[in-house]
Amino acid sequence: MAEFEFETEGVKKTFTFMNRKAPYGTIYALEVLETVLISAAFEQHANIIFVDDGVYQIKAGQDTTAINMKNFSPTYGIIEMEKEDADEDDDIDMVWRIIVEKESLDARGLTEDDFKVSVEVLSAAEIADIVDASDCVISG
Amino acid sequence: MKFGILVNEGPFTHQASDTAYQFAKAALEKGHDVPRVFFYYDGVNNANKFSAPQADDRNLVKLWGQLAAEKNVDLVVCVAAGQRRGIQDANLADGFRISGLGQLVEAGMGCDRLMMFGD
Amino acid sequence: MLHTVNKSPFERNSLDTCLRLAKKGSAILLIEDGVIAAIKGTAQSAKIEGAMGDHAIYVLGPDLKARAFSADSVIDGVKVVDYAGFVDLAEEHGTHNAWL
Repeated sequence: MAEFEFETEGVKKTFTFMNRKAPYGTIYALEVLETVLISAAFEQHANIIFVDDGVYQIKAGQDTTAINMKNFSPTYGIIEMEKEDADEDDDIDMVWRIIVEKESLDARGLTEDDFKVSVEVLSAAEIADIVDASDCVISG
Repeated sequence: MKFGILVNEGPFTHQASDTAYQFAKAALEKGHDVPRVFFYYDGVNNANKFSAPQADDRNLVKLWGQLAAEKNVDLVVCVAAGQRRGIQDANLADGFRISGLGQLVEAGMGCDRLMMFGD
Repeated sequence: MLHTVNKSPFERNSLDTCLRLAKKGSAILLIEDGVIAAIKGTAQSAKIEGAMGDHAIYVLGPDLKARAFSADSVIDGVKVVDYAGFVDLAEEHGTHNAWL
């Protein structure tokens, strides 16, 4: 059985995490989030992007009691903290962006004020450029 | 070129694992490397040794295992996703190993391309 | 960037979102049920027809054949590739962006 050793010393890539699905109907939102957190341990750059129904993942006020599922939305607060720590610490070379697509917001009647975390609201064209420049894209 | 592969779905219910396998096979035939295939979400079910499809159908679990053995492909099942879905050492098919999500990030960092197959 | 779309435009909005978020000059490969987007004469054909000017569009031959489509049923200008061609596209076009 192979156990490949990668050369990752000094490697700095940009991962785009593309979130397009509402939370709880499927597990993809949660399991992508777990990958985002792991990428922090490797100090990789990340674009955490919410598009289509993915914008609902960060909507404030989720109450999962009656569906008996774990409310994982507080974890987005940890993502935000990781980002802020990286932004403030000159010793950490890790650029994280939390981005929401304007077209997806408008289609759903949402604004930035609906979210638990601070986001950059960008147009589809701006997001296209950012994603095009990334090295890996992971979505659920 | 080094291709890392991420498989998001289990065998049979979705075509993702088949497409990933066909891609991996084609890449290897062209002389590329496929150092790691990472199985996440329901993709961990590709490592269930008790999968027993009909005799006249492809056996994806075995096909992946053969690729690992013949072509030195590292098949990694995510430990957390595996635990949720009951994939553990006791039912792990030949050729697979269980490890952390960091192995996926590492594959993204160390490969030239990270290909993703899902639903 | 190489974009793949694996779901039919009749089933899901993945193709719409891909076309909205793919930077001009991308390569787009339709695979699995996504090959349906490449078929002439459907209510969804205009999406790929309209995208031809901005992107290079490909469709995976094995998935066409499996669904009983011949190369003749494919929108003009969409190129049919096999799995080896898929690998070539991945090599040539950089990062893979899978629209599911």
